[in-house]
Amino acid sequence: MSAEGTGRQSSTHCPYCALQCSTVLSGERGAVAVRPSADFPVNRGGLCQKGWTAPAVLSAPDRLLTPLVRGADGELAPAGWDEALDLVAGRLREIRARHGADAVAVFGGGGLTNEKVYTLGKFARVALGTSQIDYNGRFCMSSAAAASTAAFGLDRGLPFPVTDLDEADVILLAGANPAETMPPLMRHLQGADLVVVDPRRTRTAERAALHLQPAPGTDLALALGLLHLAVTEGLVDQEYVDARTVGFDAVRERCLAWWPERAEEVTGVPAADLRAAVRMLGGARRAHILTGRGAEQHSKGSDTVAAFINLALALGLPGRAGSGFGTLTGQGNGQGGREMGQKADQLPGCRLLTDPADRAHVAAVWGVDAGTLPGPGRSAYELLDALGGAEGPRALLVFGANPVVPAPRAAHVTQRLEALDLPVVADFVPSETAALADVVLPVAQWAEEEGTVTSLEGRVLRRRAHLTPPPGVRTDLQVLHALAVRLGQSPGRFPVRPPEVFEELRRASAGGRADYSGISYARLDAGEALHWPCPAGSGGDAGHPGTPRLFLDRFAHPDGRARFAPVDHRPPAQEPDGTFPLYGTTGRVLAQYQSGAQTRRVPELVAAAPEAVVEIHPDTARRFGLADGRLAEIGSAHGTARARVRLTRTVRADTVFVPFHFPGAARANLFTGHALDPRSRMPEFKVSAVHVTPAGERP
Amino acid sequence: MTGVVVAGGGPAAHRLAAGLVRYGYGGAVTVAGAEPRPAYNRALLGSVLDGTLGADRLSLPALPAAVRQLTGVRVTAVDRVRRTVRTGDGHELPYDVLVLATGARPRVPRVPGLTTASGRLAEGVRTVRTAADCRPLPEGPVVVLGGGIRGVESAWALRRNGHEAALVHPADDLMERHLDAVGSTVVAQWLTDRGVTLHLGRRAGQYTRGKVVLDDGQVLAAGTVLLCTGTVAETALVRGSGLEVREGVIVDDRLRTGDPHIHAIGDCAEHAGTVGTTVLKAWEQAEALARILTGRGQPYEPGRPVLRPRTPGKDMVVLPPAGPGPTTGTGETVSLLDRARGRCARLVLRGGRIHEGAVIGSPCAVTAVSRLYTRNTPVPADLLALLTGADGEYAGDGALPEEAVVCHCNNVTSKALKDAWHCGAHDTAALARATRATTGCGSCASVVRELCTAFADDTTAQGARP
Repeated sequence: MSAEGTGRQSSTHCPYCALQCSTVLSGERGAVAVRPSADFPVNRGGLCQKGWTAPAVLSAPDRLLTPLVRGADGELAPAGWDEALDLVAGRLREIRARHGADAVAVFGGGGLTNEKVYTLGKFARVALGTSQIDYNGRFCMSSAAAASTAAFGLDRGLPFPVTDLDEADVILLAGANPAETMPPLMRHLQGADLVVVDPRRTRTAERAALHLQPAPGTDLALALGLLHLAVTEGLVDQEYVDARTVGFDAVRERCLAWWPERAEEVTGVPAADLRAAVRMLGGARRAHILTGRGAEQHSKGSDTVAAFINLALALGLPGRAGSGFGTLTGQGNGQGGREMGQKADQLPGCRLLTDPADRAHVAAVWGVDAGTLPGPGRSAYELLDALGGAEGPRALLVFGANPVVPAPRAAHVTQRLEALDLPVVADFVPSETAALADVVLPVAQWAEEEGTVTSLEGRVLRRRAHLTPPPGVRTDLQVLHALAVRLGQSPGRFPVRPPEVFEELRRASAGGRADYSGISYARLDAGEALHWPCPAGSGGDAGHPGTPRLFLDRFAHPDGRARFAPVDHRPPAQEPDGTFPLYGTTGRVLAQYQSGAQTRRVPELVAAAPEAVVEIHPDTARRFGLADGRLAEIGSAHGTARARVRLTRTVRADTVFVPFHFPGAARANLFTGHALDPRSRMPEFKVSAVHVTPAGERP
Repeated sequence: MTGVVVAGGGPAAHRLAAGLVRYGYGGAVTVAGAEPRPAYNRALLGSVLDGTLGADRLSLPALPAAVRQLTGVRVTAVDRVRRTVRTGDGHELPYDVLVLATGARPRVPRVPGLTTASGRLAEGVRTVRTAADCRPLPEGPVVVLGGGIRGVESAWALRRNGHEAALVHPADDLMERHLDAVGSTVVAQWLTDRGVTLHLGRRAGQYTRGKVVLDDGQVLAAGTVLLCTGTVAETALVRGSGLEVREGVIVDDRLRTGDPHIHAIGDCAEHAGTVGTTVLKAWEQAEALARILTGRGQPYEPGRPVLRPRTPGKDMVVLPPAGPGPTTGTGETVSLLDRARGRCARLVLRGGRIHEGAVIGSPCAVTAVSRLYTRNTPVPADLLALLTGADGEYAGDGALPEEAVVCHCNNVTSKALKDAWHCGAHDTAALARATRATTGCGSCASVVRELCTAFADDTTAQGARP
């Protein structure tokens, strides 16, 4: 396994975003070097600063190298593995005996490999018998997943290869900022005219042929306005609508109430620009509509995505070679992470916990009675909100997540974690959530173990181990195995070797919507590009070729047709008023990633983005007495965050923007609220009503 | 409980009924509309006129099954004592709450020939109001009577559809109730450029089939005469019933008439001295009343609606004087005129906020100013930038400052590239290896190439060898 000292190079993928740039690692621990692979079609030799500096996380100075257990003095202190695992298993048994199986909860992550996600879900439902498992991808992909499943019968971020974008004439990006969140993707957007929908003039928007700058929380009205114009300007592809879809009439009726001047009034986007956007899309031979978190992280996120899907369907884009609808997955394994069974309502292969046939299939693979599998549990925010409460879980196991930074209403979530009888965190650095745990388990990270991830284009990729984990560190699979055995499971049921897990995962997904059964490590290692679905037992000796492009012949509903969704606009949970006069919106910056637990430990990235800033328009700053470079407090009905003022004209005058990567009092999520999308349970990260006031500078 | 009866079947009634169901109203909801079809979207009649929307496309979404919807049924009388209404088809409907949503009817000017002896519109004459007005216009020239917002929109729409169009307006200025003389001339020029023949300061003197004779004797060919001469609130149902009626039925902040069991919304209602004329206003009131009747009711607070005539391709907005009552202090007026490009603006400010005004011909300014007005937000310091739709920032040419970041994906400054060049990285590939510039999204490649050349030139100029 070890490459140390051998000079061997390891071909793997970047640990960060869903683009999963291909990289080559070389060098020993402490001197690992990374370079991008030129021959991988997704990044084509490109890499952003996060990717270039990723090896630094492997030797983070405060890397966790031993389990920690909170002692009688209230401090975390080093402990042996047996002591820590015995303690956790013993307390879990006690809590379960006293309060029932659902008193133990699990919180996973979209950065975990498929093998880990699969094992985590199985561990929760078999070893713990709990329904209470969800993951941070709920905050990421859930709205797009709900809308895509409803429309197409399937949820794959991009139902076509990334390289299809190279040939597009026009691409509409709704709430996506790839120039800063997945920079090498921009290499595929060079040829197209971009229409960018974003309340900020981001680096992506600067590259756009047309930038639509709506007020936060109004993307749905904007999509309805665009569809209205597609209808009145005669751009609807009626032949496609008749042949390949159902439900257009009701959708047309609704969008007609959104004439452009009305959409303008609600969104703040000039009617003339709406017309221009529709003309561009309608006049393109090849066009794509892509959504990102900006459109999705709302209490109406799934309806907003549905509205953009409606537009794409009306224009005849999805399932047509060279055109399409897609959504840009966020986390490294955001795609596989939602398919392999850590979602509150799903079993591996995107099977449903509520479907008897799905339950029976997975139960058979797991060797348990389907009747013993719990039903669907709470969604991520609802789970965090319930922790330590009368009806809620008493213990929480966290893998691959740091929820006290990126969860909404963060101060409240922190309190809920503190109210637990037993918080346990597995991580490789002492994250803000680990600091609240009673037991911290040090685990391996990306270049120290192998596995697979599924990228934004539904392609299954191999991560390879370049180093062995440092002494004292175990893999997540080893931790889950050890806990399962202590909870009375047979050792063979929870394998620790990723290839073994993958073999079982194939069987569990066979026949499911996300079917991996025809994919193997051997095929991936031979260099095959395999996009799911890839069923076993077809395609002859060579195996099924995978499905780079979905829906070309039919959509995944039984009748083969896509569904229009009759959605309408509604205001966000909190609208600006006299007390909170501005929109507060949150998002990412290039040099940081998610909760920052990794990237805030990389000196070059800290130098590039050292602290939270609040981007504010100079006119607005003048109105509220704010000066560039001074600290400000951004307050909502839910709480207050502190950040340094950055004056910029790239943000709307009625909106302030705060990145969410920073800890403590700088957490943007201190001011986000707990309104959830009724379908996807996505929190409303992208719009809060806030005021901004100068903060007393601390000496 | 007998529930809510809505007299009228237009957009206001539709929105109210849908809202009552959505908010879980406990009683029965009955909508009685005089037109033979369910509610349709009056705001889209312009799209029918300009040919972009089929007349059969105007239906509003079907109401929930819980709503009893009567079409072709006019409420003809109200018995406030027994709390019943009588309908044209001879039935009686009891109510707990009666909502008047009877809308408005077109005002027909007194011009000989426009109406028949029986008072109906003559052949070839039509209004832009009812579902019947949606049927396709016959070929041939159209004479639009009225130069208010509806007249301007209609003439504009007719030209898109290829109709010959003339507009006759008795005032010297178009939209004179909303625009000053400067704004009117700009809009008049728009219409003229689009091929509309304007007859301002003229009245129609007589209509006979195929032609309109103006008061100065000019004869206009008229396959159709389109009446855009305003509307009158439809209040006949309650005139004489003891309810207060001025221009419309007077309602209070709960959209209630003097009778606590009777409310009024939409074009037939007069709230705070104002009769609404737009669908958006009607919807706002319907939504407010649905909340009030289901116990969610804050009092109705009218928004500050803008008037946004629909002239696709050219944009304008009218901001009516904000708020009734005495005006205190004098306003500051800011104006801009760019006649050659068909743009002008006039804003009256009070206390740093927009009190009234209009913006014509600048789409970004129309949007931005509308928003400041409707939300009553202070105006920015740079009013000229606001009114021209610029964002007040101009990209400078010239050399990049040394601390400027060139490659954002890898946070590489101009200085870092220069330093790398002086350490021997003399082409873009070498600079990329040394600094990682260009290795992210790749968009800075051309800038790095230019810098590379500039570094070489500088070095040559200084006499050093590259």
